[in-house]
Amino acid sequence: MDSAKLTQLKHEAAMIRLGILDGTHAAASGHPGGSLSIADIMSYLYFAEMKVDPANPKWEERDRFVLSKGHAAPALYATLARKGFFPFESLVTLRRVDSVLQGHPDMKYIPGVDMSTGSLGQGISAAVGMALAAKIDGKDYRTYTIVGDGETEEGQVWEALMFAARHDLDNLCVVIDYNGLQIDGPIAEIVNPAPYEGKLSSFGFHVITIDAHDLEEIEAAFNEAKTIKGKPTAIVAKSVKGKGVSFMENQVKWHGSAPNDAQYEQAVAEIRAQM
Amino acid sequence: MEFKIGDKIATREGFGKTLVELGADHDFVVMDADLAEATKTCYFGKAYPNRFFDCGIAEGNMVGIAAGLAAAGKTVVASSFAMFAAGRAFEQIRNSVAYPHLNVKICATHAGITVGEDGATHQCLEDIALMRSIPGMTVINPSDAVEAAAALQYAIETDGPFYIRFGRYAVPVLHDQATYAFQPGKGETLQEGSDLTIVASGMMVKAAMDAAATLSAEKGISVRVINIHTVKPLDSEIIAEAAAETGAIVVAEEHNIIGGLGSAVAECVAETCPCPVIRVGVQDVFGRSGKVPPLLEAYGLTAEAIVEKAEAALRLKKA
Repeated sequence: MDSAKLTQLKHEAAMIRLGILDGTHAAASGHPGGSLSIADIMSYLYFAEMKVDPANPKWEERDRFVLSKGHAAPALYATLARKGFFPFESLVTLRRVDSVLQGHPDMKYIPGVDMSTGSLGQGISAAVGMALAAKIDGKDYRTYTIVGDGETEEGQVWEALMFAARHDLDNLCVVIDYNGLQIDGPIAEIVNPAPYEGKLSSFGFHVITIDAHDLEEIEAAFNEAKTIKGKPTAIVAKSVKGKGVSFMENQVKWHGSAPNDAQYEQAVAEIRAQM
Repeated sequence: MEFKIGDKIATREGFGKTLVELGADHDFVVMDADLAEATKTCYFGKAYPNRFFDCGIAEGNMVGIAAGLAAAGKTVVASSFAMFAAGRAFEQIRNSVAYPHLNVKICATHAGITVGEDGATHQCLEDIALMRSIPGMTVINPSDAVEAAAALQYAIETDGPFYIRFGRYAVPVLHDQATYAFQPGKGETLQEGSDLTIVASGMMVKAAMDAAATLSAEKGISVRVINIHTVKPLDSEIIAEAAAETGAIVVAEEHNIIGGLGSAVAECVAETCPCPVIRVGVQDVFGRSGKVPPLLEAYGLTAEAIVEKAEAALRLKKA
């Protein structure tokens, strides 16, 4: 990756993080931790990887994105706003009764949202359906989905993986946001769905493990995924929940609570200092 | 496929055969969850293997994939038994299909007690209650193969989520296929009458007709019979009119008396033109294994049961 591209993607990731903080702070609710953990991957997807057109959100040939871990909606909205689907300033209307920016993604009213999600385990099935539709229609768009690590405790995730591999959906790329924490505590202490590599591989996926915050590793993984034919790819993205905000990093309590005014100021200052 | 009046044919068979016919000039995809031989989507699978996907025993995933296909522009028919479609996959239907109002047609077979020998775990008596409680969901319960075929075509040609209920058991064809025109959301007056109305749905429509004949021949009671294929949106006009003009209603359905057509009619009557409404259906109990005729007897899903409730409704009306 050349330095200009790296600089741009880092900048977008920082802007996405600021958008996450703007939204959750204004709403005084939402899920900053698992939104911050996917910010770098969202930056890469929308500013380097996917074909989308903000002027034509329903463009039939666009690549599809399904945020299966729908509670990370603040990250998706911030990304879509940066990409130009709607104004960045509207992020502060997150979760407000007069706003389209629902607590979880709503495809009916939010430009650029390809699938309504929020009930865990369901988005990945929809992503599989989109990838299957591309195969049926002979279209070359690709489908990307981000699944939470806690979300993999839902059996439906594995049903979807089985189907995707059985139908050779090499146009599908499943990212697991492996930050190790879920609402009730460390995933290892709940039912421990990890390790992922062997499971995903035996389910028929090409598996790549990366650092979710290293844009060069992210780029290499998505590029490798495109070279894999005859099977879908899973990227196990080892991430830090709350990444970028010192007091949120690796803290379970930031899964589903919003920063107050003082915490918001500090968080924004930290992100700006990284820019 | 040709269906002749009086022929006994299961609505699932009408569904399966019509899928193949519609497949010739309608672009849709069919999914099943390892029950294709029973739901009769196997016919479509053989005719159009490239548009048929068996998801295996994973109904929630099937509905989720159907939602994704629909989000990408496809029209999708997803089929399983009512228990596993409306029941097990309820939340996927609610959140992945109905909330985004996607073009997925849930075509559920083996609804009700007439599943027979498989027993309670497979006899879904709650599906209409579940499905009609979801915003934007159209719910259709065809009474025969002709109505089943027409309802399916309407659903495939109409945007949005549908739930269509089909039965396993062979039931007589009631409608003349040559002249039948499906009127979505409209009740069908099968017989005029002024003393009492029997509102029925699905396989209980034939029992309602038989009950009306008995009431007329043996008691001289003038009975109106209304077939409701579209349980939601309910034809509230035809129900309110029946309440106003006949003053007593019996509702007959192969479903729990809680939440189904009986509840829908009672809600409508209470809000428009209150009069006695008595529900014939499964009385809030689970089913059990058995041949269909003794099961129908045991659970009160017969013309005789309707006659009895009709007389009770008339007594209430006079009181």
